[in-house]
This record gives sequence, C-alpha cells and structure tokens, in this order.
Amino acid sequence: MAREEKRKDVVIVGLGWTGSILGIELADEGLEVLALERGPDRDTVPDFQYPDVADELRYGVRHGFMQKPKNSTITMRHNTNETALPYRQLGSYLPGDGVGGAGIHWNGHNWRAMAEEFRLRSYVEEEFGADIIPDDMTIQDWGVTYDELEPHFDRFEYMAGIAGQAGNINGEIIPGGNPFEAPRSRDFPMPPLPQTLNGRMFKEAAEAMGLHPFPRPAANASEAYVNEYGMQLGPCNYCGFCERYGCLNYSKASPQTCILDALKRRPNFSYRTHCEVLKVEKAADGKTATGVTYWDEEAGEEVFQPADLVILAAYQLHNTHLMLLSGLGEPYNPLTGEGVTGKNYSYQMTGGTGMFFEDIEFNPFVGAGSNGYCIDDYAINQIDFAAEGFIGGSYISTSQTNGQPIRSMSLPGGVPRWGAGWKEGIKKWYGHSMSIGSHGSNMSFRDCYLDLDPTYTDPHGRPLMRLTFDWKDNDIRMTQFMRRQIEPIVQSMNPTSWGSGYKQEGARYDIRPYQTTHNVGGTIMGEDPKTSVLNRYLQCWDVHNVFAMGAGAFPQNIQYNPTGVVGALAYWASEAIRKDYLPNPRPLV
Amino acid sequence: MSTRDFRSTRRQFLQGGAAGAALSTVARPLAAQEPPVPLEDYQAEFFDAAEWTFVMAATARLIPSEGDGPGALETRVPVFIDREMAGEFGQAATWYMEGPHQPDAAPLFGYQSPLTPAEVYRGGINAFNDWCRSEHGEDFADLDADAQDAALTALEAGDVPLDPELRDFFSLLLQNTKEGYFADPRHGGNHGMASWVHIGFPGARASFLEWTDPSKDNVAYPLGPVSIAGERA
Repeated sequence: MAREEKRKDVVIVGLGWTGSILGIELADEGLEVLALERGPDRDTVPDFQYPDVADELRYGVRHGFMQKPKNSTITMRHNTNETALPYRQLGSYLPGDGVGGAGIHWNGHNWRAMAEEFRLRSYVEEEFGADIIPDDMTIQDWGVTYDELEPHFDRFEYMAGIAGQAGNINGEIIPGGNPFEAPRSRDFPMPPLPQTLNGRMFKEAAEAMGLHPFPRPAANASEAYVNEYGMQLGPCNYCGFCERYGCLNYSKASPQTCILDALKRRPNFSYRTHCEVLKVEKAADGKTATGVTYWDEEAGEEVFQPADLVILAAYQLHNTHLMLLSGLGEPYNPLTGEGVTGKNYSYQMTGGTGMFFEDIEFNPFVGAGSNGYCIDDYAINQIDFAAEGFIGGSYISTSQTNGQPIRSMSLPGGVPRWGAGWKEGIKKWYGHSMSIGSHGSNMSFRDCYLDLDPTYTDPHGRPLMRLTFDWKDNDIRMTQFMRRQIEPIVQSMNPTSWGSGYKQEGARYDIRPYQTTHNVGGTIMGEDPKTSVLNRYLQCWDVHNVFAMGAGAFPQNIQYNPTGVVGALAYWASEAIRKDYLPNPRPLV
Repeated sequence: MSTRDFRSTRRQFLQGGAAGAALSTVARPLAAQEPPVPLEDYQAEFFDAAEWTFVMAATARLIPSEGDGPGALETRVPVFIDREMAGEFGQAATWYMEGPHQPDAAPLFGYQSPLTPAEVYRGGINAFNDWCRSEHGEDFADLDADAQDAALTALEAGDVPLDPELRDFFSLLLQNTKEGYFADPRHGGNHGMASWVHIGFPGARASFLEWTDPSKDNVAYPLGPVSIAGERA
C-alpha cells in the first residue's frame, strides 16, 4: 500500500520552466506548494561549471542532460497499419530531465507566435475559404487570442531577460526589427546580441533583395540584468556550448538562472527529486483530482501525495502520457475523430541550405545559442495559402551556435565520409561554412496522434505512449516553397559551393537524426470540450482542479520555437488560477 | 590579518592528495607529460587480442596516418573505442532495450537490434573477418591497405552479408572513430589534441565574445586549443 504524505495545497508535476513559473506564482499567493521532479537536482554549480561542461562527447553526443530512454520513452509508427516500435536511442528529439528540464539545454530562441496562429482555422476560413482546408487536416483555434496573451508574453520576456529588437510597438513599425510581428506593448528588456560574420553576410544579402532581416530574439543575455524575482543574468560570452548544455556563464535564461534560487527561498515551497509521478488520482465522482501517486526512488516505494490543485508541468509527451494513464479526458479515436486526449500531435517542418566559402574564415566556435539574423517575409501571415497550395509558414535564419567538431563538421558534397580524402576535407572546410535554414509550422492531421502502446511498457509496468505520425503533402509543399525563397538568397551570396536539404514529396518521418524538441499537441486547448482537452485557461475540462501547462496545449504547431508561447501561456494560466480559480474553485468556462 | 591555514594546503600537496594532483596538471604543456603506453602494449578493457588488432587496423583506414594531420592511431582512437565499449555507451546502459525486438524493421524506426553496441562490435568483427577470409583469404588486419579500403567500402555499402542484428556495425565503427578523433582527450582519444590543432578548433576555451566584433571578421582565432584537464597544444 502506498505511503501517504501530508496534504499540500498544490502539487506540481515536473520542475522545468512551467513548473517553476507556476511554483513561484502560487507560492506568492501563500499556498503550500510541492514540486515533484523525476530526474536529479541540477544547478549552475556544480552541474554546468567550467571547464567540465565543455565536453562535447558527454553532453552534446551522449546527451548527458537528457532523459534516458531506459527510464522513459515512446513507441513510434507512421500510420495505423504499422506496428509501433520503441524509440530506443535518442535521436529526433531530446527531452530534458532533472530540475530545470529542457529549459537548461535550449538555445534560447524566444518567440511570440503571430496573432493569426492563435485563431488559425478562423483566419484561413475568413481569408481563403474553408474549402482550402484538406478534409484530414484538424487545425483549430486556440480559444485564446494574441491580444489576451500580450501582457503575458511581455512578462515572460522581462522575467527571462530576452535580448532583441522590436519591430512593432503598439502598431508603430520600428526599423531593424521584425515588421511582420504582432504589436508588442514595449521594447525587449535587452538590446540584441552582438552578431557573427555569417549573420552580417545574410543581413546584407537579404536587404539587397528587399527583405527585412532582424536579430533573433534571444534568451542569451546581452548585458547585466536583474529580473522581477531579483535573479541576475550577465552577458553571454559566446562560449559555443549552448544547446544541449547548461549555461556556464549565468547568461542563458533557464529556471535556474531566472527563478529557482528565488523560489527555493520561499518557505512554503518545496521540491523532491527522483520522484516520478505515476498517476493523477481522481475522486469517486471523477470530477476532481485528490492528488498524485508517485514513485519515490530513494525509498523504493509508491507514495500518495494529496493536494487540492494538480499542475501538470512535465514535457508535452509526459503530460499527455499522464493524462492517458489517469483517465483525464476521453482518449482520442482517429477512426471516429471523437475523444480528445492525445489528439493533434504535431512537430516542426525544417529545412536548410549549407554554403561553403573557400576564402572566408567563420571561426564557428564563436557561438551563442540565439546568435543570428532572421527574416519573417515568408511567415504564416505573409503567404497566400490559396495561391501556393499549402497552409503554413516559416521564419528563415542563419545562426552560428557552435563549432564542436563531432557534430558540427559540415562538408561539401564531394568530400568522402572517411579515409585520406575526409581528413583532407575537414582541414580544408572546417570554419568555411554557414547555412540558411527555414523553421516552419506543422499542421495537425486526423491520423497524427498519441495513445497507449499495446505491447511495450516502462520500468513501472505502465504502457509506453505510442506516437502515430508522418509528414504530409501540405507541409512538404510549404518547405519546398521555403527552398525556392532561400536558394536565390544563397546564390546572391556567391558561395564556392552549396547544397540544399528540404523534405521532398513522399518523405517519411525518420526518428534517427536530430530534428527538434518541439513536440506539441496531445493535451490541446480550445473552445469546446468535444474537441479539446483543456479550456482556454489550460484547465482540464473534465477535472477542474487539474491544469496542464506546456506545448501539449498547441492545437497545431506554430512556425516558431515554442518556449515563448509556453511561457506566456503559463503566466496566463497562473493569473486565471490566482485571480479567478482560487477564490472559487470550479470550471472557469 | 588572514586566518587562512596554508599548512593544510601544503600538507595535501606533499601527500599527493587531490589538490596536489590537480595543481600538477593544470596548464601543463603537453611536451612535459609522460608518453602514453604504446597502442601495441595497451591492455584493452573490452576487446580481446584479435578484436583489438581489428580495431587498430580498421580505424587506421577510416582516418589514415598518411597526408597532412594525425590519423586515428596517432590520436589513440582505438583506446577511446575500447573505453566506450566497456562503459555506458557500449553497454546501451541508457537505452530502452526491452523486447520484442524487430532488428529487420525499416531503418526509419532507429536502432532496433537486441544487441548492445559492444555486442554489435563483437559479432560484426567476427562476421566481417569471416567475409574477408572467404573473399580475400585473410583476416581484415592482414590485408594490404587497398584491399582493406575496398573491404570497408563493401561493408559500408551493405555488400557484406550481416545478420540484421549487426547491420549498424559500420555506422557505429565510423561514428565512434570520429568521436575518438574529436572528443576531449579525457575520453582516451584525440591524443595531444592533435585533431583540434589540425582543423583549428580551440577546444574547451569557451570564451569568444571579442571575436564577434566586425574587426575580427574573416580573421582566424590566434590561440591553439586547451583541454578540460588544462593541457594546451
């Protein structure tokens, strides 16, 4: 029988970005808050300190800060006719584990989504007509608008200390920023990062073509900064060990650098590591949760943690898994289109063109995660979907994040993969390449979803979650459109040689190469309990004292990296809980 | 007046304790260090003698010594691979290895062999040497360099019949060879940071803000590499 712990007001599942935000916001309401984290404790010192963290093999290649498939993974198939097989070795995406979650090892690309993306189905229907939406495309409105989220984007950006150049402040277009972005209420808290040579070259080429380059909004500090919680950031030193690493320099925004030290000082907040939540427990009437059951690794036993409010703040995949295992929301059925939990999994459509310059030395190790220039001229609100034959968009950018040679050795097509020619090629070409990439939306489809696997189980004996997913023609047409925009920019820069990599017709999802850790959907938010798991406040429609944070709420993927939206939604939901739910706990819609 | 007790620091140093050991290696020029055990005399942790002979011979073709820059043997790549096979990676310690397994599944599904990487090496070396004997009359290590290159090319192309459980043998071997070439020397390879010197990667320096200034555009960074242990080259 499970040990029972003392009741808490709030239990939070997972202590990454959203768990930390909800933790501090609810602790400041005077509530007793407990966070349960299944991974280890982690902090800048000792876990990210110099020089030990500058170890490409350990962290970049062997994924030292990532979740271990042995402890938790999924199975994957491309369609309902295939048998799903386990994701045994990390590849396509890299979930974090431990305190800080994936918030420690991101590059810090911090975006707002476009206003149109939050009401995508309505936007498409109004602008182009419902008949351009394919029958099997299940895109939805989010149930919340950009204008409602704007103060929360602002708050997240000022909390995390984002460096950037505004392009639209209250409707006024600001030169040098992104003229296509939705209006923001004020400028970024910090000026843009310094840029490397590849960025300056791209900027010049894009401007010459009449495009609108702007510096990437960066969660890498450009100057000394203190946030609303009294947490301090210092300017990024371009160490070249950002993505997949914790920051050695207190420069990258993370739960550790922006929230956790302040949160740990709250006497009414506590957290336990190596405690994996197995299930959300429901009351007999099924209308509320009574708390969670978790596995206490140190004690080697199950524990019941009673709580009045349950916040699911794990990664998107794990929140969905927990909801499926706990009977939260009706599981989605792709045959009937009914049910909601697991619905509308989507990913990210990316492509790129590599360029080689014989006579230019880029010093690729001079890198910051969010270094680089972008253009949004081919964004989701700039494309005539009816004329182009797809729904979606991308931002296009160049970056220089690292020169770590095991993973970042870009070679022209003619260089052999091994042997004397390879050894000659690496000397000749290391430091002589840059790339321009597209980072695009991915629409949701009827047969792309998450459910429980019938065969494979995790170390606790629970079914693994099963992903059914493949690329669709709509999104391949989108990425091919981006190729046609990028290649002329590339050619105008006159490289010695170049080569493109964009998914082509018939491309199938390959789980081996790293793509992005931008898995979304499964616990989607919306306007109707028949078509979404969560209401507009991220509150579970069926069980009102359960709220689920994170990118699981996205009904389809945006064209940007998700963290900025995840952060804004967390502040939006925490405000609804604080101001509306706590005084009178009930379904808010 | 300082109250710091220097006697304890000195005592640790003289006793060769942790602090003393650290001081003796920090920023020590490479030339001053003891030469490592020659590869021929190295006591492998994982590989047996025949396997070690293969790994030495194969990595020497994947990154040969000839031409400009170090090869796999000068950088002690075989030592790296041996340590990796004996460690977490070789044992698939962090992977999901529960059955049922479908090793012949489409490659899009990723690694599906029931074998650990170390077991794939063991089985792959055996099967590949068998093939070399039947096709060329000798073990891989005894072939001349051109015949070795041809055999590796056949292995890479999938022209050497292997059980599906072993089909990732070549890609593991090539991946681990490059890892051993480029990884920090703390992992056993990249001896003398010679691969970093060859390409111009400054290793674990990790501080380059000044090189974002436009005045540094197209100007090569002037300092050579440092390792995590504090060696410089």
